[in-house]
Amino acid sequence: MSISVTHNNTDQAEPQFSAEKLVEVQRIINMFPEGKQKSALMRILHLAEEEFGGWLSVPTMNYVAGLLNIQPIEVYEVATFYTMFNIEKPGKVVLEVCRTGPCMLVGSDQIIEHIEQKLDIKVGQTSADGMFTLKTAECLGACGYGPMLQCGKHYHEHLTPAKVDELLDTLRKEHSEK
Amino acid sequence: MGRKLLLEHANVPGIETFEVYRRNGGYRSVEKALKTMSPQNVVEEVQASGLRGRGGAGFPTGMKWSFLAKPEGVPRYLLCNADESEPGTFKDRYLMEKIPHLLIEGMITSSYALGCNQSYIYIRGEYMWVLEIVEKAIAEAYANGFLGKNILGSGYDLDLAICPGGGAYICGEETALIESLEGKRGNPRIKPPFPAVKGLWGCPTVVNNVESIAAVVPIVNDGGAEYAKIGIGKSTGTKLISACGNLVKPGVYEIELGLSVEEFIYSDEWCGGIANGKKIKACVPGGSSVPILPANLITKTAEGTDRLMTYESLAEGGFASGSMLGSGGFIVFDEDQCIVRNTWNFARFYAHESCGQCSPCREGTGWMEKVLRRLEYGQGHMHDIDLLAEINKKIEGNTICPLGDAAAWPVAAAIRHFREEFEWHVTHPDEAVKRNFGIASSHMPLV
Repeated sequence: MSISVTHNNTDQAEPQFSAEKLVEVQRIINMFPEGKQKSALMRILHLAEEEFGGWLSVPTMNYVAGLLNIQPIEVYEVATFYTMFNIEKPGKVVLEVCRTGPCMLVGSDQIIEHIEQKLDIKVGQTSADGMFTLKTAECLGACGYGPMLQCGKHYHEHLTPAKVDELLDTLRKEHSEK
Repeated sequence: MGRKLLLEHANVPGIETFEVYRRNGGYRSVEKALKTMSPQNVVEEVQASGLRGRGGAGFPTGMKWSFLAKPEGVPRYLLCNADESEPGTFKDRYLMEKIPHLLIEGMITSSYALGCNQSYIYIRGEYMWVLEIVEKAIAEAYANGFLGKNILGSGYDLDLAICPGGGAYICGEETALIESLEGKRGNPRIKPPFPAVKGLWGCPTVVNNVESIAAVVPIVNDGGAEYAKIGIGKSTGTKLISACGNLVKPGVYEIELGLSVEEFIYSDEWCGGIANGKKIKACVPGGSSVPILPANLITKTAEGTDRLMTYESLAEGGFASGSMLGSGGFIVFDEDQCIVRNTWNFARFYAHESCGQCSPCREGTGWMEKVLRRLEYGQGHMHDIDLLAEINKKIEGNTICPLGDAAAWPVAAAIRHFREEFEWHVTHPDEAVKRNFGIASSHMPLV
């Protein structure tokens, strides 16, 4: 994936961690010997995604580069390598359904299809109301508890179409209020 | 009921807290090692235990430790590989989620043995909530004097931290893990130099799987010789098996190595048999990278002897009729499952996860995925089957890291054992799109 500096990834205001999050950033940097602060990058990118709308815009990545005193390109190359990082703005809620073998054996294809129909989107798309982005993921380490999906930090396991409906309703309610 | 060395207390309420863990005998190995043993003594116990790496390769842990270079004045690092991403494998997550202090205890004892004063746990990014559980336990260990300066008054210092990945399977490869921990893309390094000489930040480094490190705790507590009494031959001790697929009771089980495969799959104590009263069609016993076994080679070897859950027995027959214990990701397929679809699914996984550094893997995995998809969707040709074998040979052994091999082997094994099923997809293109190649059309003997 490549980063193009276009309106859809630069439209964010100058990102800035809160004082409390800056303490957390410092704590993460302190895990590593002096001069090895680049090692803190992955964890700080996760933190930045959480803080700045669920994705890494170019301004966000530049900001993180500044915090760690490294070149912006060093952040871009990491952000584009690891699939967990979103470099395009997703919906408010990102659903990642595991599609790998063990989950497929117990019905992940049907779950993916069900969500596609329910939200009227295909994998990789965002629902018209901007609420849900549907993605598939490779093995999430829940093989014995499939089919499953990840939403933020949470795993939802042993899914059935009925459970998916319930989950979508709950998530919609939670995030409409925000 | 087999002995439980790792998960014995996993279901004690509150075991994730320091207090309850300690009350159940936790951190004894740290006391014993730091107060009564030299680092070399600990290494010797691990060597005597016969413990083999639990991440998949099965390399003897004590031997790996003995390779660690110890130049004067250069720090050494112990890294715990918690980047569990091999399809079918979810044992490390279970261990860390349930009993995080066991891993921390193992890290302290192992770091002492290796002379490391700074150690890291690298956990896959998707396990963020597990990271939080482990980090909380690390803080408790600091608060109780088991981490930090002068642990238990022994003069030994250790700092421990946990770092997340970002969703890249390749970072389970030890040199890619090191790159990632340095804040870079997870591209594996050329070996040599091996991490034992030049690893994290160019310093001598040992990378061990979560379960291997946890196993150091009972080894130090009871002695390596005692640990080695469990199991058969060079497969000593207990092993966590994560069982999944079409089983009555999928889940994480701690078995004594040497248990029969038959008992593991069918006994109510373990997986309880195949779900929905169906028959078994195939099994991938050690994570997606190991060869698939057809029904007649799962519980028996080609020679007709009982297949056991050991490194040797599962590999018996080599690639012709055997497989591997691997990571212990035990995937079971019932009679309705389509081998072509599953092979395509795994090929897609490897194509997705190839880091792109070596052309045979970058191009080959994508090519295999396309050919397999074509076959699965009824658009394949007979010569595609041989083409797959051909691509396989061009990837295998021609890449920096073993991801290429891991992608090639399952395809080769599936064709070896289920060739007729691939052919059926070519000769029945319409049906191939509509339904799975199930028991009705299978000529393979089902158990």
